[in-house]
Amino acid sequence: MRLLFATFQSPLHPAGPYARAIERLWWVFFAITAVIYVLMLIGFALAVRKGARRKQADLSDEATRSGARFITIALSATTVILIGLLFTSIATGRDISPVDDKVTREIKITGHQWWWEVQYAEARPDMIVETANELHLPVGERVKLILDSDDVIHSLWIPNLHGKRDLIPGYDGVLTLTADKTGTYRAQCAEFCGLQHAKMAFLVIVEPKADFERWLTAQRLPAPFPKTADQQHGQQVFLTSTCVMCHAIKGTSAGARTGPDLTHLASRRTLGAGILPNTLGNLHGWIANAQTIKPGVLMPPNPLEPNDLHALVAYLETLQ
Amino acid sequence: MRNALLLASCLLAAAACRREQREIVHSPAASHASGGIVRLSELQPGQPTPEVEVRNASEEKAYDINEGKRLFAAYNCSGCHSHGGGGIGPALMDNYWVYGSHPENIHDTIVEGRPNGMPSFGGKIPDYQIWEIVAYVRSLSGLVNPTVAPSRDDHMQVKVAEQSKKEESTEEKKKP
Ligand code: HEC
Ligand code: HEC
Ligand SMILES: [Cu+2]
Repeated sequence: MRLLFATFQSPLHPAGPYARAIERLWWVFFAITAVIYVLMLIGFALAVRKGARRKQADLSDEATRSGARFITIALSATTVILIGLLFTSIATGRDISPVDDKVTREIKITGHQWWWEVQYAEARPDMIVETANELHLPVGERVKLILDSDDVIHSLWIPNLHGKRDLIPGYDGVLTLTADKTGTYRAQCAEFCGLQHAKMAFLVIVEPKADFERWLTAQRLPAPFPKTADQQHGQQVFLTSTCVMCHAIKGTSAGARTGPDLTHLASRRTLGAGILPNTLGNLHGWIANAQTIKPGVLMPPNPLEPNDLHALVAYLETLQ
Repeated sequence: MRNALLLASCLLAAAACRREQREIVHSPAASHASGGIVRLSELQPGQPTPEVEVRNASEEKAYDINEGKRLFAAYNCSGCHSHGGGGIGPALMDNYWVYGSHPENIHDTIVEGRPNGMPSFGGKIPDYQIWEIVAYVRSLSGLVNPTVAPSRDDHMQVKVAEQSKKEESTEEKKKP
């Protein structure tokens, strides 16, 4: 119920020009169809009352002619309204497709079953920022999202910023958008993609340019070497167990790309593709057995010794 | 007689259903990483303990073999074995096996590694996934029931798939 009136995942609370155009269209459709609906109900009620009063059907020429005239008018009105709506829809379609591709930044988003890989393109390879399940955008900047998929078709939907766009394997889709209101919005996969499709979301954080640049610079750094003995033990647990087969932590020997990049895990707000707050308890639970939280998730359970698990989490907490 | 036939066909149908069995949520116990299975020496003190025969349950399930196929690429076996065709490592789709073709042999190849460049994945891959990969590796050379085996990998097709040719990006469009 709370979600029904939520503003952080709603096309009716636009935070950018394209979403605003879509919202306008929504209200036009809603107003016109609401008026027609009410008129229809009134007409229906009148017809029922008239019919109930009358004993016999009126089959005179006069009555037939007036009925036919009414139907002709109603049909023409319907056609005109539908064509009118069609043109408003086409006009909105034009409004939300940019005529030029002047953008300040390209961000590649790759869909995976059931999480999002996010990569900030940069000419120099060592400047590329790699993260997951969280998209940061500078307010007021026009950015281009390049959409691809690693497995099946997914669909990106950030209702507060734009419409939906599919992520198709081997085919670069493009979504250009501008966010002009700071805030945190929620995006959701909008194309059924398997067992955990419903739990494939992420947060979009629109922030002032200075904050964004600070975030980007921090994300470029490799993970720091752990300080305490406990954290160092945790790093050893990570590097010697299954984690390295799927995850990368820059600055260590873990470089696999099957699962989300964990280099700055602790700086992210959620776990498991936007489904859990990133807290100590949730992190323990997720690592011990993510299957109990997101059944079928492509991360196996990890039967670790309790002290190894604690050390591992202590290490992951240092990945700011 | 009719009833007996009906019963028999029901039983057969039930037996055939293993193909579609999916164990989507795996227990932590199955996720432990185990060691090798095959004895490397014939010599044993006392009387030899009999070898137990290994049955790989994943080999009867289409879903598991498909998972094996996904993991074969995800864990970069393809990097050396090129989707079964061979490269740095030997081809896995032929009928020549250096270290044996039985499930337990392939299991041990993956877990223990082999001296001429095959890495040891022991402790790095949960056991249930190793068995899925084993089933897939055996399916490459037709050693599992063809009704559960996946079709040949896209990467090993002669022609490029039609849908992976086009690009939508605006850079492409600008080119003459
Ligand atoms: C078989 C590959 C695999 C292994 C092994 C694996 N993971 Fe994962 N991990 C994943 C995938 C895939 C996801 C994304 C799951 C989702 O959200 O659908 C994930 C997600 C995570 C996340 C949440 C990341 C985020 O931003 O939401 C953490 C933390 C994590 N894994 C830690 C670990 C640790 C620690 C280990 C080792 C004990 C480990 N993983 C082993 C595949 C794996
Ligand atoms: C670094 C490259 C490399 C990687 C990665 C690799 N292999 Fe190998 N593999 C080899 C080499 C080299 C051999 C031959 C070893 C020998 O002859 O001693 C081999 C041998 C094998 C064999 C034995 C073949 C036979 O004829 O008996 C199997 C089975 C096998 N690999 C499966 C896998 C699987 C499954 C994976 C992924 C989990 C994998 N390999 C990953 C290089 C690799
Ligand atoms: Cu989906």
